[in-house]
Amino acid sequence: MKIVLQHLTKRFPNRNKKIKEDVIAVNDFDFEIPDGKLIGLLGPSGCGKSTALNLICGLEKPTSGRIFFGDVDVTDLSPEHRGVGLVFQNYALYPHLTVRENIRFPLENLRGDKKLSKEVMEEKVLEAAKLVQIQELLDRKPNEMSGGQQQRVAIARALVKRPQVLLLDEPLSNLDARLRLQTREELKRIQLETGITTVFVTHDQEEAMSISDMIVVMKDGVLQQKGKPQDIYDEPENLFVASFLGTPQINVFKGKISGEKVFIGDAAVMDAKGIADKDVFVAVRPEGFVIDDNGSLECDFIAREVMGRDTSFIASHPSFVGENIRAIIPSEEVFDGKNRKVRFRLKPHKVRVFDGITNERIRL
Amino acid sequence: MNESTNKKLEIQDNIKEKSRKVLVYFLLSLWAIIVLFPFYWMILTSVKSYGSYNSEYVPKFFTLSPTIQNYATAFTAVPLAKYFINTFIFTVVTTLLMMVVVVLSAFAFARLDFKGKDIVFSLFLSLMMIPNELVIITNYVTITNLDLRNTFMGLILPSVTSVFYIYLLKENFEQIPEELYKAAKVDGTSDFRYLMRVMLPISKPTIVTITILKVIECWNSYVWPRLITDDQNYFLVSNGIQEIRENGFGRENVPAMMAAVVVISVPLVALFLIFRHKIMEGVARGGTKG
Amino acid sequence: MKKNVTAWLCLLPAILFLGIFMVYPLVDVFIYSLEEGYNFASQSYQGTGLYNYSYVLHDPYFIQALKNTFIIVIITVPLSTGIALLISLELSSIKVLRDFFQTVYFLPYVTNTLAVGLVFMILFKKTAYSDGLVSLLIQLFGGPSVDFIDGPYPAKMFVMCFYTIWIVMPFKILILTSALASVNPMYYKAAIVDDTPKWRIFYKITLPMISPMVFYLVITGFIGAFKAYSDEVALFGTDLNAAGMNTIVGYVYDMLYGNSGGYPSYASAAALILFAIVFTITTINLMVSKKTVYYQ
Repeated sequence: MKIVLQHLTKRFPNRNKKIKEDVIAVNDFDFEIPDGKLIGLLGPSGCGKSTALNLICGLEKPTSGRIFFGDVDVTDLSPEHRGVGLVFQNYALYPHLTVRENIRFPLENLRGDKKLSKEVMEEKVLEAAKLVQIQELLDRKPNEMSGGQQQRVAIARALVKRPQVLLLDEPLSNLDARLRLQTREELKRIQLETGITTVFVTHDQEEAMSISDMIVVMKDGVLQQKGKPQDIYDEPENLFVASFLGTPQINVFKGKISGEKVFIGDAAVMDAKGIADKDVFVAVRPEGFVIDDNGSLECDFIAREVMGRDTSFIASHPSFVGENIRAIIPSEEVFDGKNRKVRFRLKPHKVRVFDGITNERIRL
Repeated sequence: MNESTNKKLEIQDNIKEKSRKVLVYFLLSLWAIIVLFPFYWMILTSVKSYGSYNSEYVPKFFTLSPTIQNYATAFTAVPLAKYFINTFIFTVVTTLLMMVVVVLSAFAFARLDFKGKDIVFSLFLSLMMIPNELVIITNYVTITNLDLRNTFMGLILPSVTSVFYIYLLKENFEQIPEELYKAAKVDGTSDFRYLMRVMLPISKPTIVTITILKVIECWNSYVWPRLITDDQNYFLVSNGIQEIRENGFGRENVPAMMAAVVVISVPLVALFLIFRHKIMEGVARGGTKG
Repeated sequence: MKKNVTAWLCLLPAILFLGIFMVYPLVDVFIYSLEEGYNFASQSYQGTGLYNYSYVLHDPYFIQALKNTFIIVIITVPLSTGIALLISLELSSIKVLRDFFQTVYFLPYVTNTLAVGLVFMILFKKTAYSDGLVSLLIQLFGGPSVDFIDGPYPAKMFVMCFYTIWIVMPFKILILTSALASVNPMYYKAAIVDDTPKWRIFYKITLPMISPMVFYLVITGFIGAFKAYSDEVALFGTDLNAAGMNTIVGYVYDMLYGNSGGYPSYASAAALILFAIVFTITTINLMVSKKTVYYQ
């Protein structure tokens, strides 16, 4: 089931009652989520991604704009009629019910000719439990399980009605690091197995990159960019997207374009054919630095952190925006550190240039 | 600091600690005796025969010939069974009705959005400060004018609402995470079903607390029943016992009186001994949140 | 809109009951108290004014009731709170038999005041057959024979206060033991390491920590003691005026009902006077507490 959002906008009255102006949580969203894909809605906290999820789910009604599931306009439908499954960050399992009863709960709500017999319910519960591999936990209460197990139960409960769309709100944030890795692979597997169009919200770019078929990056209620994870990483459309994706963060320098060359300080680092002179930001991925005694970019060397396969170089430069430059260099590169200076050459395909005022990408 | 002085210190501490312990247990036991003695005395007296009780100028602390005659008298000479049944009906109906009223109101305040919610709730809260003694006069007149004296309706109706319990339950309802409600909404759960299947089971401890407090209150209520019943057929146990005290068994029959007292005390004491942890926890919760 | 209707429907029973049995009576009690010469049978009155208040305040029975109530309050509130604090402290310092003691101490809470009052009466009363167990005990130690129920006023007041304390103790012990249990043991450990004397631990750590609860008990204790009534009935019977042991609440009910009843106006005036007293005392309590109670 594809999901189409048409000019979706959601305003809230400001929580601080003195401010009359509404808060715009979601501003003119307009995009299509293809059928059967896993989509990551990515953005810093407070960017409106959870509101967007609630709009798709039907827990909140948009101020303007339409939502379609397939060709059906569902904008005015309440959640239970949309056929969606929802999983929360804190799982929202009913604490007084066993796992079995939790998973069965949505089925018991079906009325009239949709009403299911006890046997069918049990069958569906088992099926859902099997899908998330918790068959042996069915008679436990939520507080007798680990966070990862609880999250599986929540997913099973969301899936048991065979929803057309599965929505996950920060599904991995409450798990510890190891479980998070495990569970996200699990999520991907379940999504592939069921083929349900899945939207999940996260502030963790690594999480979004690792399992999504498509990422939608948001900031302050405005859609920044959407696309395949690698495409967004490689070709960010503005400085925010470039900085938000990737760890360690992209290194941003103040620079300028002058005479069809890109300068950081006095150092010309790249060509910029056919671009007028202007102030820019030069963003370099950590892996875009190469140590080269003839390199044009001279930085003050601070420290070196050996991480096994790679070495992380920490350095500073007067034009750098933020604290320190972090460059990832293969460990076999030699560096003597004399004079406390280090010279870098930049790999052009790892450098992105953005307009100094609009922060929009300048394609060289 | 050397070993022998250390040892001395240790012994001194030991003796101090021991004598303190003895004193503590002595005082605790003393209070326990003060609490338990009336209970012992009523049971003891209730099994002494009328004759032997009255012949003991200095009462004996035990009896060698216990009798259950007094219990028979208690049930036959006065309608003790009737008082009992009345109290039972009164307690069960009042508690059930109050539960419905309280749950519905708490649900409305905690879960539903409606215009004027805050104002209505503050009005409710301000009613908590009104002492019963102030409103009982008019209620007495109201019930009398409605011709509800000597009826269960008259007994029950004024005590089926409690602002305090509404407040207690509302607070509890509000602690249920918002996500559970959202999850239920997505699953197509109606508000009412959510109340019955999720809110009530999760709030079970508070529900139990309220029930316990109300049952104790009902079982022991005296003033209101006394005001609006003068027909023995509607007496509750408290009024019954007062009636026995004043008009008794035709003559001053203390053992039979004590038998009646034992009978009246047994249900709540038994209930307490079975659920004592729950009840004490409940009273502490209900008491401290006020 | 639909939600609005549902909400009001849910609230309807509560609003209805509260309206009829709380709000309306509240207004009504003021009106009653101002209606002079109200006749219950014809439900008519002669005029309005403050005569009812003046009558009540000049009624010797009311003065007696006022005096009795104040004595009960002044004796039982500090005494019961103090003893409860002592017992709770001892209770928290032991492990063996603790659960047993706690259970025993709570028993009076679940018993019918009227019923147990009868037992107290038997224990203290002097009859043709026996001087009563307590009186006999006093004589055993060389004291005089005292009738606590029909005898001299101080003796009667003693039983009254004793029984009141017996009744209110369970709740206070329960609240204080749970308050003591909730004090973080870390503080005690720190104090012991610093070799703090036991009394200093009590004054500097324990008492401040549980002071909100102590204060809560004092306030509710005051309010409860001012409303004393059924304990008195249990010991001295329904004709409290004759026994000289009436309380303000008892006076209200006597004015309303029974042999001396039929005067809702006097009852209302007395009830409002009681309310004014309780309100004043509680306000004073709250003001004192702001200065002395430590809130976390």
